[in-house]
Amino acid sequence: MAQIRVEALNKSFGEFHAVKGASFTVDDGQFVCLLGPSGCGKTTTLRMIAGLELPTSGTISVDGEDVTMNRASARDIAFVFQLFALYPHMNVRRNIGFPLKCEGIGAAECDRRVVEAARILRISHLLDRSVSTLTGGDRQRVALGRAIVRKPKCFLMDEPLGALDTEMREAMIQELRALHDRLGATTVYVTHDQLEAMAMADLIAVMNNGVVEQIASPRDIYDRPVSLFVADFIGSPAMNFLPFRGSLQAGAQAIRLGDREVAIPTAREALVESDLVLGVRPEHVRFSDSGVVRGEIYGSEYLGTTQIVTVTTSYGALKARSPASMPFQIGVNVGLDFRPDTLSLFDQGSGRAIRTALYEGGEHG
Amino acid sequence: MAEVEIGAVSKAFGKTQAVVDLSLTIGDGEFVALLGPTGAGKTTTLRLVAGLEAPDSGSVRIDGRDVTSDAPADRDVAFVFQQYSLYPHLTVFENMAFALRAPTRRLPEAEIRAKVEQVARLLHIEAKLHSKATQLSGGQMQRVAIGRALVRSPSIYLMDEPLSSLDAKLRGEMRLELKRIQIDLGATILYVTHDQTEAMTMASRIGVMEAGRLMQIGTPREIYENPVNTYVAARLGQPMINLLPAGLFAGAPSSAKTIGARTEHLAITRNGGDVSATVTRVEHLGDQSHLHLNLGGQPVVTLAESETTLDVGDVVSLRLNKPLFFDAAGRRVAA
Repeated sequence: MAQIRVEALNKSFGEFHAVKGASFTVDDGQFVCLLGPSGCGKTTTLRMIAGLELPTSGTISVDGEDVTMNRASARDIAFVFQLFALYPHMNVRRNIGFPLKCEGIGAAECDRRVVEAARILRISHLLDRSVSTLTGGDRQRVALGRAIVRKPKCFLMDEPLGALDTEMREAMIQELRALHDRLGATTVYVTHDQLEAMAMADLIAVMNNGVVEQIASPRDIYDRPVSLFVADFIGSPAMNFLPFRGSLQAGAQAIRLGDREVAIPTAREALVESDLVLGVRPEHVRFSDSGVVRGEIYGSEYLGTTQIVTVTTSYGALKARSPASMPFQIGVNVGLDFRPDTLSLFDQGSGRAIRTALYEGGEHG
Repeated sequence: MAEVEIGAVSKAFGKTQAVVDLSLTIGDGEFVALLGPTGAGKTTTLRLVAGLEAPDSGSVRIDGRDVTSDAPADRDVAFVFQQYSLYPHLTVFENMAFALRAPTRRLPEAEIRAKVEQVARLLHIEAKLHSKATQLSGGQMQRVAIGRALVRSPSIYLMDEPLSSLDAKLRGEMRLELKRIQIDLGATILYVTHDQTEAMTMASRIGVMEAGRLMQIGTPREIYENPVNTYVAARLGQPMINLLPAGLFAGAPSSAKTIGARTEHLAITRNGGDVSATVTRVEHLGDQSHLHLNLGGQPVVTLAESETTLDVGDVVSLRLNKPLFFDAAGRRVAA
């Protein structure tokens, strides 16, 4: 298995600058997700690591060896695509064994490794079935099997669960992560689904417009977003943003929102008066008659254990996550408070997060 | 709007029994969601109501009238498909007005304009009315497709996964909007989805389907809190309900073979519970953390506080609090 190092990677397609100076390291055995909306450059980055695209500039090394200009076949990686491209006329056994056959590996060894891969993926009972009779989840397991048998240095996966329905996807998320824990293979995984990234990754690299905006553990990405984009992209429902105008002293422990004071994590920088944004996660909104923001209940969404309550306020619609047992009436006027130690502040113009005490407890700076 | 009654409908395609003896009444102004995995028969049910498929047996009644052998156009239903098929050469306004301009309906132009503008406001696309359909984002296109159905006032709206092609953020916004619009219009909706969140947050009642059968129908809360069997219990709830051998805990009724334990049925303490389990993985999903446990060889997933300090290898103690019980066939049994 292997360490992958990407340095100052750039890729342009004509006028379009798809990847801009991406640098990150995937340690041996790590599971890293490249996460972002469509068009952010995540798939292009993955394809460059695979050798399916050549970078315009920058380097890619695997285990210290520069492979930037190596052909895909010389990189010892396995690629799993969103669309399970299986051979419809072959059964499961032959589909999984196909890459080995291509490498000229003997029948006995080939069979041993196919059986081993099928056992790991728990599809041993399907080996002699035709792939066209399989469910979506089983087809994707076969596609994974075809990657596993080769025992590559690393796995590169491009939205492998994108074509599955919700339930199957949730089951496969757990399976993929358990598989990773068993094999310990270095994995780079591309997705636009934050839930997949949060549930599986050791590290998430959030990409936007070709730039890696933040690379950190799922927990840090969620609790300590470094930009408005990251804060907005991660979390469902999304973080609430309250725009306001204000200035800030280093050491300040509160901001003024309208005519009320709102406690925040201690500010570590000073700002002249400018357009700022207060970021509040829905689970950090509390209902309180003396709340700093008032509004009207617009609707609530029952989720079993919890519910999402939407409140229209002068700052726009704010969402709160509350216990499902709490009754709410549409149209009722309510007050909202925010949990101080979890709040983020952003500079509206640049989108960057203001440095506060919140960012000091992070696992990755 | 009207009441729609599906009476003992069955439909087979060759040897595959797609819908089996399904009966369901959708009340006037009700939002019913059919929930189930791919192949459960949800879409076929919807197509049977629309008249796009003919049942092998059974009947469909709309507003008291038997429409089983009527053509789709004579049923007064509006269908929203998963794939929005807009006319690319027409503007948003023209796309939405299209059905109202059909020769059989022929409404005054002023009325058409008023109706389209009203629905466009509901869907937040009023600024896009004069754009070509091809200039819209995916989310906007899907709203136009929904709008095209909403400008009509049919007996029932039939919607087949209308939000599944949208990204997660837009889907979340549209859920709330669609529910508001349904309440405002008093619309009757039969809605097909495999997404439990959509079903739970929007539906007045959820019908859970498996292999062509309607397993249970009830309010989201009834389905969540009182599932009739393990299949239904596993459809709702994140993390999924833990289905454990009854022997793992004391106190299960004698007929119970399986204990169904959701997060709210499991109290976790450092010690002092009934059984102990080992933490195998802590998944920090942001707003909450999923705690993966090993309970005597059985995997258990439950919620922990997002700030939990528990880590892999820690031993915790579990206590059950009014869990669900199921017999050997998976049917619910009383506690």
